[in-house]
Amino acid sequence: MKMAAQAAGLFATYDIPDFFCELLNRGKDIPPPGLQLVRDRLAHFGLAELRRRAAAVEAQFYRLGITFTVYSDREAIDRVLPFDVIPRVLTATEWDHVERGVQQRVRAINLFLHDIYHDRHILNDGVVPHELVLGNANYCQAMVGLDVPGGVYVHINGTDLVRDRDGRFLVLEDNARTPSGVSYVLEDRQMMLRLMPDLARGLNIRPVDEYGPRLHRALAEVAPMGVDNPQVVLLSPGIYNAAYFEHVFLAREMGIPLVEGRDLMVEDGRVYMRTVAGPRPVHSIYRRLNDDFLDPQVFNPDSMLGVPGLVDAYRRGNVTLANAIGTGVADDKAVYAYMPRIIRYYLDEEPILTNVETHICAEREGLDYTLANIERLVVKPVGESGGYGLLIGPHATQAELDEFRALLRANPANYISQPVISLSVSPTLCPAGVEARHVDLRPFAVTGRDTWVLPGGLSRVALRKGSLVVNSSQGGGSKDTWVLAS
Amino acid sequence: MTQVSVVFPAPVMPGLRNLLSRYAESTMWLARYMERIENLARLIEVTSTSVSATNMDAGWDSVIRINADEGLFFQRHGSASERSVVAFYITDSDNPDSIVSMARYARENARVLRPLISTEMWMHLNVFTRWVMELGPDDVGAGYLSTLCTRLKQDCQTHFGITEGTLYRDQAWLFYILGKNLERADQITRLIDIKYHTLLPSGVGVGSDIDMSQWTSVLRSAAAYHAFRRVLPEGMTPANIVGFLLKNDGFPRSLSTSLRSVYSVLGSLAGEYRLRHCAPIIERLEELRVTLVEQTVEDIIMRGLHEYMDWIQRELRQIQNEIAHAFWPPAIAVQPVGPGRMEQVQD
Repeated sequence: MKMAAQAAGLFATYDIPDFFCELLNRGKDIPPPGLQLVRDRLAHFGLAELRRRAAAVEAQFYRLGITFTVYSDREAIDRVLPFDVIPRVLTATEWDHVERGVQQRVRAINLFLHDIYHDRHILNDGVVPHELVLGNANYCQAMVGLDVPGGVYVHINGTDLVRDRDGRFLVLEDNARTPSGVSYVLEDRQMMLRLMPDLARGLNIRPVDEYGPRLHRALAEVAPMGVDNPQVVLLSPGIYNAAYFEHVFLAREMGIPLVEGRDLMVEDGRVYMRTVAGPRPVHSIYRRLNDDFLDPQVFNPDSMLGVPGLVDAYRRGNVTLANAIGTGVADDKAVYAYMPRIIRYYLDEEPILTNVETHICAEREGLDYTLANIERLVVKPVGESGGYGLLIGPHATQAELDEFRALLRANPANYISQPVISLSVSPTLCPAGVEARHVDLRPFAVTGRDTWVLPGGLSRVALRKGSLVVNSSQGGGSKDTWVLAS
Repeated sequence: MTQVSVVFPAPVMPGLRNLLSRYAESTMWLARYMERIENLARLIEVTSTSVSATNMDAGWDSVIRINADEGLFFQRHGSASERSVVAFYITDSDNPDSIVSMARYARENARVLRPLISTEMWMHLNVFTRWVMELGPDDVGAGYLSTLCTRLKQDCQTHFGITEGTLYRDQAWLFYILGKNLERADQITRLIDIKYHTLLPSGVGVGSDIDMSQWTSVLRSAAAYHAFRRVLPEGMTPANIVGFLLKNDGFPRSLSTSLRSVYSVLGSLAGEYRLRHCAPIIERLEELRVTLVEQTVEDIIMRGLHEYMDWIQRELRQIQNEIAHAFWPPAIAVQPVGPGRMEQVQD
């Protein structure tokens, strides 16, 4: 279907597929004025002008070193996350829905984690199977019976959302461990305002730059009781980590030291950082290190990245870790299937954001359904992240389907399946012109005394035509997400 | 559009008062590497102009000796020609003392410091390092060498300027100044030590043009030519040149100026920031400064210039080691980025 005549120009050749398009095809709804304005302005840009600006953006990112770093033999190779200059715009009403939904979900996740590490009511009441939680690789014995400040386990949460053919938001997965990507949200915005000021002018776009102060405040709020001026630090695996840029970015936004494991030490159950003035106490740690690496005394004994004694200090309540240890059990793809029931159980509310329909292959029914309908389903291993090891039925060859059927039969508990969602698209600058590409959305929620959701979030775009995989490690890019204030 | 931020209570910035040991170390090395690159670029440029006026390849060996690289260099090259020395010191990434290697170490230290340094500092270093890493044999040919060295020097000076204008004035700044001045002190003593003999009459042509051009080239290698002219318009003698480079309190790269900066920085670390362990380092430095003040340059030369330069360099290494020991003690010693010649164990 070609665009109607009024939105010619840049979009003259835009071939809107039969999907919900964030900018150009919102079904029967009349697009709100802000959205129309963006689209009319874009239409007048012209392809050459848009390309010129896109090139300027990329050069700027490269100079600034807003990059993934890939270390090969001895060279550091900086790769820029592809950025698309056409923003993804959300209305105030849409955002209100997403924000409330995310807050509800974070509340439920925190109550769930507290429960499974204490009285296990939800297991004993038969709402979630015992073995699914207690036998989960991410369930952490060291957390059993431990009270964390404010009952907050997940201080930083990323909820991956997609929109279906009707524009309905669906939760694809929760990221309750160390979700990444928020630095791109802030940098993308900076870049857009610098290079596309004429596109943004006069639109009432919700700002994103309070993320740093909000996060710092939340981390200070959950510091151990009785500490007046808590020292907050960000614990990073170091410059060789692919996300080092983001660690730097967040440390700077919060005005706190970025430390590595070797900068910290534990003495008498208290954590200190090594400074030129000698050891100085640390109270709250935003750790960007996986559970396994945190403390060689408790987890992986070979870890050089962690801090010996950290978990002991944590268990004594002398330091707060954000996120808490053992939160991975809540964002597990198998537990995800139970999330609507978890929300109802703790909050006695209907989920504001619904799940994608999910079949749990650990259950007989789910496995049978998946095997019978595999060519129409997406099959995902429950432990993996980053879009690895999944099967997209409609795109798979017969051999791949057979291989996955065998995998499913051999180890059904390792898989869930979902119908293929007709993901929404957003116009994107591609080599051949402006084309439709699938997008998702990862809003970030910060929880201290209460939960605040960064207006917008990371819109990831699958740059390959027809691709549904938006992960940056697999050819995805990002877009600035504009939330209109009214 | 509206970009109004919510106002929060005054942010707590506890990190600024207590500099991480690892940051202190990297700050110091960042400054040292950039200073070293600038000095090396200047030395190469001056050597190329002064030798081309006389003998094609004589003089290039002194660049190697100033950097104490005889071992590595002659393993890889038969003789010290312009071509081999320039390649070795600018584009050879297997030589840890080459500009491309040092630029990389500087950037890796800056990468560690990114939470601390300004975006402008990082951006400039990032672009600079990428440019240096892409230099090929064509860029360092004789016709381009002077332009290239000028750009290298200018980029270092741009770095120092951006740093001066944007780096927050706390302990990190002090460690940066410390690194820069220790490096300058080291460089000037190396230069004097190796070049002094070229100032001396060689039997023939005393007072001839050749002598004069050697003398100017030594001054130019230390960016001291015009300053020297201003202070001693008539007094171009070997002793005066050495005296100026060692003892002149107004010249920014003289040994006495560098030591004075180091002294004042250590005083601030001990005073304003109440850092312990400064006293023995300050004491050692005072001793060094006294020997410089109490002797005339004639005394120094008479007693043996080489021995004195050697002693100063050993003392400087000792100071560097004591700083490391005081502020990033061995128990927590982190591997600094890059195997520069003065790291950790100095001898």
